[in-house]
Amino acid sequence: MENQKQVRVMTGNEACAEGAIVAGCRFFAGYPITPSSEIAEILSYLLPKVGGKFIQMEDEIASMGAIIGGSLAGAKAMTATSGPGFSLKQENLGYASLAEVPCVVVDVMRGGPSTGLPTLPSQGDIMQTRWGTHGDHPIIVLMPSGVREVFELTVRAFNLAERYRVPVVLLMDEIIAHVSEKVTLPDVSELEIVERTKPTIPPEEFLPYQMTESDIPPFVSFGEGYRYHVTGLVHDETGFPTNNNEEINRFLNRLNRKVIRYKDEIIELENEKDEGARIGIFSFGSTSRSARQAIAMARDKGIKIHSIRTKVIWPFPDEQILEMAENVDYIIVPELNFGQVAHEVEWASRGKCEVIKINRVDGEPINPLQILETIEKLASK
Amino acid sequence: MEKTKKLHKIEIIEELCKGCDICVQFCPFDVLAMNGPVVEVVNLEKCTACGLCELHCPDFAIIVTKNK
Amino acid sequence: MFNYEKYLRMDKLPLIWCAGCGDGIVLKSMLRAIDRTGLSKDEIAMVSGIGCSSRLTGYVDFNTLHTTHGRAIAYATGIKMVKPEMTVIVVTGDGDATAIGGNHYIHAARRNIDLTVILFNNHIYGMTGGQVSPTTPGGFFASTAPYGNQDNAFNISGLAQAAGASFVARGTVYDAVKLDRMIEKAILKKGFSVVEVMTPCPTAFGRRNRLGNGAKMIMDLKKVSVSVEKAAKMEVEELNDKIVTGILMDVDKPEYTERYLKLMEKLQNQSK
Ligand SMILES: Cc1ncc(C[n+]2csc(CCOP(=O)(O)OP(=O)(O)O)c2C)c(N)n1
Ligand code: SF4
Ligand code: SF4
Ligand code: SF4
Ligand SMILES: [Mg+2]
Repeated sequence: MENQKQVRVMTGNEACAEGAIVAGCRFFAGYPITPSSEIAEILSYLLPKVGGKFIQMEDEIASMGAIIGGSLAGAKAMTATSGPGFSLKQENLGYASLAEVPCVVVDVMRGGPSTGLPTLPSQGDIMQTRWGTHGDHPIIVLMPSGVREVFELTVRAFNLAERYRVPVVLLMDEIIAHVSEKVTLPDVSELEIVERTKPTIPPEEFLPYQMTESDIPPFVSFGEGYRYHVTGLVHDETGFPTNNNEEINRFLNRLNRKVIRYKDEIIELENEKDEGARIGIFSFGSTSRSARQAIAMARDKGIKIHSIRTKVIWPFPDEQILEMAENVDYIIVPELNFGQVAHEVEWASRGKCEVIKINRVDGEPINPLQILETIEKLASK
Repeated sequence: MEKTKKLHKIEIIEELCKGCDICVQFCPFDVLAMNGPVVEVVNLEKCTACGLCELHCPDFAIIVTKNK
Repeated sequence: MFNYEKYLRMDKLPLIWCAGCGDGIVLKSMLRAIDRTGLSKDEIAMVSGIGCSSRLTGYVDFNTLHTTHGRAIAYATGIKMVKPEMTVIVVTGDGDATAIGGNHYIHAARRNIDLTVILFNNHIYGMTGGQVSPTTPGGFFASTAPYGNQDNAFNISGLAQAAGASFVARGTVYDAVKLDRMIEKAILKKGFSVVEVMTPCPTAFGRRNRLGNGAKMIMDLKKVSVSVEKAAKMEVEELNDKIVTGILMDVDKPEYTERYLKLMEKLQNQSK
């Protein structure tokens, strides 16, 4: 794999597994579920060959617990699942958020709720990735829209997790996970790979949850001479539980600030604006493929479009959306659910424009013509 | 066997003692007794420094030092 | 006198537990056992779930991890997989390990992964105020069994034995010296080991069932304890209300992480 760009035909799940290896993932714990199982299958094959470990746990709760333990022990760690399993992971996902343990959770969305539509695509978990666990908490969620991007964003997911000490969700849908595409993988030797920031001070002075200028405390693995305590209880800088109002405030504020203040570094999107466009489109994941085609067709017909296609759904790119809202009359939000993101766009656009929903929940992707039709109708208003 | 009757030392750490009575129950020679919220040494001469009280105190509150 | 301070986070004392709670006796036994193994503090990871007993990890100077209710064994499995050279000890309660965490408990035993589980069995949910647990005996009262428990109780040790553990022992806080030896052996054993410790919860179990204070409950443990050796010569009916103590199982069999490391080595040699 080294030192050259490779042209490959692969699925999103394959790209995810290989991206994880390249990112330095050396521990995977999971439980099989369609449409994510191939990620576990491939990693069970690849990991032991590169000195990594794979384990199939008894359920998703255990898998999430195991990767937190694995990460604390020093490995970049990942699990992969789909809606029902993602629901089971929520309590421990919250633990990773609160205890600031880096890890990557892949959720390949399928139709829901419940067992729902196991083999059909959906974008129904977007709000669950944000608010699935209880309490206010930081989280980063990436949504690739193609196979190459799955590879790229998997690497980025690990980088972000390690850099910000936060769980990162790679949110795919069934279409991206299973579609085979010819992709040119990036030159692995040129990829940026982030490693965790270790403390530079001796163990006696080490504060595992220190208030630092960056809001991100250094992180050291178990067994490296810095013995400390990790708990899911709200804790002070030493890592031990606290009931002191001031300390609670200080900790929870830092925790929730730490992702928001780096929003500009984290958010990655394509912002393409035709001068004088009255129609905006905000898209993500597989629906941005339909949007892309619809936009091309609309432009052929001379309709100007302002398109934002985001690769990062949380933290939400609200500033970019507001900027768009100030200049267009409409923002179209196509999504494979009943409008989870449209509500967020409505909030972000602060009444400066009208938000138009295009939704589909029957397991079929949104047809580009359906988007085009909406564009044309709005353009003729 | 030592014949000289030198007393062993029993230290009760009052900040840690919860007065649970466990050491009293374990002592074979009634050396200890409850005194309100903490335990008290009432019969030091009888103490053989067997260590049962210290071994079973859940709270690190009693330390027996054998007099050699 | 044993130097507990070597292993304690002294500034965290006094312990959170009630007067007469047996958990502190188990804590001390664990520290003495660990000391006998000669392991360094850096080599040890101690992982607990949620419950009174699980608060133990806050007091000891190891790499400590206080996880979510029932999941300590899952977290511990991750640590052990990534750093097999570490000694990973799990501290858990009867509810934590066998109700909400029952699945992890039996599967870790099945895998025979090298974890040492110290299971504090007080027959009750202590932390949440005395609700019935999977080990509350039939007829006993709990805050959610106001008419007496209608449920059957688990045999926790038997569960681990049946599921594939390498080492299973049952001890009591009455016999702390014996407990030390069991815990030491469990830690040194390669494979999944369980020490079930019978420990009183005077506050949430004893009071409601009129069992007296913690001291009395501990003394009563002596009356009902029977060693495995003695139990072997007794009739089943005679053992009905008894607690069989001692090493219930000690076998050698392949351990999970060792197997995995061998596999890794083989695959890595092949690709060279
Ligand atoms: C998911 C979840 N459910 C319920 C609880 C509430 N809870 C905390 S401790 C506990 C029971 C603890 O009992 P046990 O494991 O026997 O420990 P003990 O307190 O008796 O030592 C429960 C039900 C929780 N913390 N998390
Ligand atoms: S056993 Fe310990 S805590 Fe209990 S009364 Fe004795 S010294 Fe005090
Ligand atoms: S050392 Fe033995 S004899 Fe002395 S007080 Fe303690 S239990 Fe009693
Ligand atoms: S409630 Fe029971 S288990 Fe919890 S500290 Fe008190 S006595 Fe111990
Ligand atoms: Mg209990």
